[in-house]
Formats: sequence, structure tokens, C-alpha cells
Amino acid sequence: MAALDIIGALLVLLGSLFLFLGALGILRMPDLYNRMQTGTKATTLGNMLTLVGLGLLEPAWLPKICLIILFVLITNPLSSHALARAAHRAGYPLAAGSVTDALREDEQAGGIEPGSTACQVRDPGSDPQPEVAE
Amino acid sequence: MKRLGLFLFITAALWLFWLVFVGNLDPQEMLVGAVAAALVTLLRSGQPCLLENVNFLNPRRVFMALAYIPYMIWAIIVANLDVARRVVQPRLDINPGIVRIKTRLKNPVARMILANSITLTPGTLTVEVSGDDLYIHWIDVHAQDSEAASREIAAGFEKYLEVIFG
Repeated sequence: MAALDIIGALLVLLGSLFLFLGALGILRMPDLYNRMQTGTKATTLGNMLTLVGLGLLEPAWLPKICLIILFVLITNPLSSHALARAAHRAGYPLAAGSVTDALREDEQAGGIEPGSTACQVRDPGSDPQPEVAE
Repeated sequence: MKRLGLFLFITAALWLFWLVFVGNLDPQEMLVGAVAAALVTLLRSGQPCLLENVNFLNPRRVFMALAYIPYMIWAIIVANLDVARRVVQPRLDINPGIVRIKTRLKNPVARMILANSITLTPGTLTVEVSGDDLYIHWIDVHAQDSEAASREIAAGFEKYLEVIFG
């Protein structure tokens, strides 16, 4: 099946291009949040394309590859959310050009009730805010 | 009856995973897998389950759940191309910020899927959840107003999730 091989190889190539762009984004973006946008998520499509391409090259692997894609789709947003949330709680600032930070405003207004999603978190007000290096 | 349905559903899902991992349909493997899946389901049956209040047997819901998959893949592709375009431009074309959006969804599983879907599509990242509010880091803020932002970020997903989780 030469045609399948060629399509598979092209998908792997396209996937690695997206992974490369994700890495480039980490270098270029101004702050952690924007880096996460590219670093953890421009890679979603890169991952999926590479894996599907691999599945076409080795059709016997396809069922397991579908499972891997499923796991990536479930765990990827969880980890990026956890990282971004932790960073914001630690007081990591948004880049200078940022337009708005509704979360910081609401936190300062005292309107935020963390833990409404049934997870227990320490009250960030009870310990000193960590200093963030510039 | 409902508990039995849930039990069968989880067992079947685990068994399917087992079979895919094993990679063949040898009767021996199938039997061991079925026993293991039932045992695992039994061991956790005392704990609360996120799927408890979800009714999957409604055909309209099943249809919407299946339609959600291609919709999601399309959203991921479009958003990936958008972020890729921003990355390669000589001048970084970003306008980042954190906006607050409100969700109409009440079911906790539906909310989880909404938050994860928003995070999965590059350009938007769920930073915090508080009550009905989701705080989204948006790489290109073009609506600071909570309502307009909700429409733009969440409405597409909510349309499906509202039906699926009723």
C-alpha cells in the first residue's frame, strides 16, 4: 500500500511542523500564559497528526493509537489548566501588553470563591504571596 | 435498575479498553478482561460517580454526543492554524488578557467538558472556575464584556453540551 505510506508520511511531516511551531511559540511569546497557549496546545494538533500518520504507516497499531489520542485529549487540557491556575495564584503577572485581567480584578474585589468545583485548595490569603522574579 | 445500567456501562467501557490494549480476540483474554473489568467496577461502586446523573439512552443525546466529536476536531484544527499564524508572523499579533465568561450549564460533567474543550482549542485557556464563572486567558481579546466573550468562546460548545447533559 504505497499510497497509504505516502499519506502517513505526509501526516507525520505536517504533525512535526505543528510541533515545531509550538516550540517556536514558546521562544517568541512574552509571558507564561501565552507560552502555554502555543507550547501545550499548538502541539495538540501536531500530536494528533503525527500519531494518525503513524497509524497509517503501521495499520496494526491504529486501535492503540486511537487510545493514545484519547488520553492526550483528556490529559492535555487538565495539565495546562492546572499550570495556568497555579501560576496565576502564585501571582505571576501577565505580559505588559495585556488588555485585561478580570480574574485579578475580581480577586481584589473579593468576589472569587475558589473550590466551587469541589476541589479543596488552601486559602491563598493565609500565606504570604510569593515574589515573582521579573 | 439505574445502578445496574451504570455498572454495565462502566464494565463495558473498561472491557473495551482492555481488548484494545491486548490487541487480539483470544477467548482467554476476553474472559480475563471481562472478569477484571467487572471486579474493578464492583470495587469502586461505593464511591460517587460523575456519570450518575447522566442519561445516555436518549437518541437525541447520543446523536449530539457523536456530532460533538467532529465539531471539536474542526475547532481544534481551526484554532491551531490561527495560533500557528500568530507564531510565525514577524510582529507578534497577540492581544492577550483574562476575561470572565458565564456558563449556563449546571451539570458538573458538562462544565468539566466545557472547560476542557475551551482549553483544548488553542487561543483560549481556562485559568480558574468560580461558581458560574470561568476565567479564560484569551490570546486575542476582542470582547472584554463578559456576555460577548461568553458568546464567542463558549456558546458553540454549550449548544451541544446542553442537549447531551440535559
